[in-house]
Amino acid sequence: MNIVNFTPVSALIGGLLIGLSVALFFILNGRMIGISGIASNFLVSKNNRVDNFLFLVGLILGPLIYSYITGKEINISISSSLNLLIIGGALVGFGTRLSSGCTSGHGISGISRFSLRSIIATITFMVVGILTVLITGIL
Amino acid sequence: MNKIVALLCGTIFGIGLVISEMINPLKVLGFLNIFRDWDPSLAFVMIGALIVSTPIFHFFKNKNKPLFSSIFSIPINKEIDKKLIIGAVFFGSGWGLIGLCPGPAITSIALLNTSSVIFVVFMFIGFYLGSKVN
Repeated sequence: MNIVNFTPVSALIGGLLIGLSVALFFILNGRMIGISGIASNFLVSKNNRVDNFLFLVGLILGPLIYSYITGKEINISISSSLNLLIIGGALVGFGTRLSSGCTSGHGISGISRFSLRSIIATITFMVVGILTVLITGIL
Repeated sequence: MNKIVALLCGTIFGIGLVISEMINPLKVLGFLNIFRDWDPSLAFVMIGALIVSTPIFHFFKNKNKPLFSSIFSIPINKEIDKKLIIGAVFFGSGWGLIGLCPGPAITSIALLNTSSVIFVVFMFIGFYLGSKVN
């Protein structure tokens, strides 16, 4: 194992902002953030639909405001084929609904509450993610 | 007021995903690649988030009510069941295939990257089907 591209400071600052967002949403609106929950409830439920929509709009505004303030361009790199994008997207959407949470809902909000359910879900999707990268790297 | 909070919290969350580079699938796949060239950075995203959210949650959960809403809604499901594990396995495999999870995927719509938009469309189809099953 080699350590590469290590950027702990920017990762920590980004993480603190995400934690701030989770904390504010709880103190002010009384809800624990889980993005898969917010997005799918926006799709299928009338409860809090406007709030959920505005939260998702905020997410998309994030990179635009960041680029506007810093003048930096944001580059992301996705090399996956169309078939993999379709399969991957569907697995992420279906899986996070089946287990009622994703990286934010289980990984941050759930672990903040010391929820055993969320700790087990987080360990499971982390381990499976690591194994998937290991297997696709070999293939 | 809670509408403004929702927009503001979404924006802060989105900026956090950009600064931490969690929005970049290459960075995420590097984080999951622990057996070869490992980029441990994203562990610090979780550490950063938890050191803010954990004490705030435990301090405020026993207060009467949130500032702009009548109740705190906290998940009550404690069951460790098949749906939890199978769902997490599906999610982990999709995450490891592409390097996108729901927050970064939706946030990346701002970049108008064709691949991430396709991913998001099928993720929402997955949300819909998963909501029917769950």
